[in-house]
Amino acid sequence: MKKLIVSAVIIGVFIIYALAHARASVGFTPSQGSTSSSSDPSSGSSSGSSSGSGSSGSQQGSTPTTTGQYKNGSYTGSEADAQWGYIQVKITIQNGRLTNVQFLEYPNHRDRSVEINNYAMPQLTSEAIQAQSSQVDVISGATDTSEAFMQSLGDALSQAS
Amino acid sequence: MTQMKSMKDTRLLMGMPITVEVADESVSKDDLETVFSYLVSVDERFSTYKETSEVSQLNRGELREDEYSDDLRTVLALSEETRRATGGYFSIWCDGVCDPSGLVKGWAVRNAARILDERGFQNYYLDAGGDLQLAGMKDGAPWRVGIRNPFNRAEHVKALSITDRGVATSGTAIRGQHIYNPRHADQPITEIVSMTVIGPDIYEADRFATAAFAMGRMGVAFIEGLDGFEGYMIDAQGIATYTSGFERYVLC
Repeated sequence: MKKLIVSAVIIGVFIIYALAHARASVGFTPSQGSTSSSSDPSSGSSSGSSSGSGSSGSQQGSTPTTTGQYKNGSYTGSEADAQWGYIQVKITIQNGRLTNVQFLEYPNHRDRSVEINNYAMPQLTSEAIQAQSSQVDVISGATDTSEAFMQSLGDALSQAS
Repeated sequence: MTQMKSMKDTRLLMGMPITVEVADESVSKDDLETVFSYLVSVDERFSTYKETSEVSQLNRGELREDEYSDDLRTVLALSEETRRATGGYFSIWCDGVCDPSGLVKGWAVRNAARILDERGFQNYYLDAGGDLQLAGMKDGAPWRVGIRNPFNRAEHVKALSITDRGVATSGTAIRGQHIYNPRHADQPITEIVSMTVIGPDIYEADRFATAAFAMGRMGVAFIEGLDGFEGYMIDAQGIATYTSGFERYVLC
């Protein structure tokens, strides 16, 4: 059962990855950049466009050219969770080509995060939780003020009895 | 297995129930009393609710740095170290106000455990609001520790066999949302409901459980990357994810 869940998760992640990759590719096909001569003011103001797939819709229909693949301007990517901190980049396109990538955010500011960055494949396992009937000596759980009240009340009552 | 003598008591301190159980023959009421009085003294110094506490004085700007007690200096240094070790995910400072309670609990309980160690006790646990410091055994076997079901507080979803470790759980389900991601303070952490960490002691387990919980779904990967720590995370759908070395503690 555990193996089944793990396999399903792995296959699911692979499918999602494949789909995301396919969509992202659409956004980066050489379909724009027909005006390869000079900077286009409208594209220059389009910073904030979040991702390749998001921007693909508005740019389809342009004629492919050989001189450049992208519209001129600077674009800020969405903030992406990189497991341990966030990554956000700003790119600059000149003459239809990528000329600069600037990291606005990158999780390398602490020793620990560098260590985590290097830690590529966590060996994690998943399972559905299940109530256990076994006896335990003590329980770990998040603190609860009403629980504190009840325990205190129980304590007081046991002293009173 | 014969039932060994043990002594157990619970007090309401630092806004939570704190239980001490010692399973050594020689334990006396005085031993437990010493542990509780130490924790009372920590509460007097670090409580943000008590106007007379040193932390309250600090927050009112009444303390010069050279007037800080050794304990306050220690806690401030530990806080800074923890802030760095968690990339800013654990901070005792919010809008210029110091609230070290998230760190003081683990630190104080670890010190309390050392009091028991110094008195020669080998088999005991301390339970501070669901965060645990465990040593030795009970009735010839390691302590059996449950992980509470965040969806039904009367149940536990895992039974662990633990000795000479700290176990801490951070969560939202029971007390309501009280931990925020400092990078996105406006967004409550909704996808994870419980993060349990087993570490070298309660202080280490508690601070990394708090930070890992604030990281959301990736918190368990953070724990995986830490030497000497294991984690068990439960999400809002009731699916648990655990680290590679976690299973060696699992009884069922």
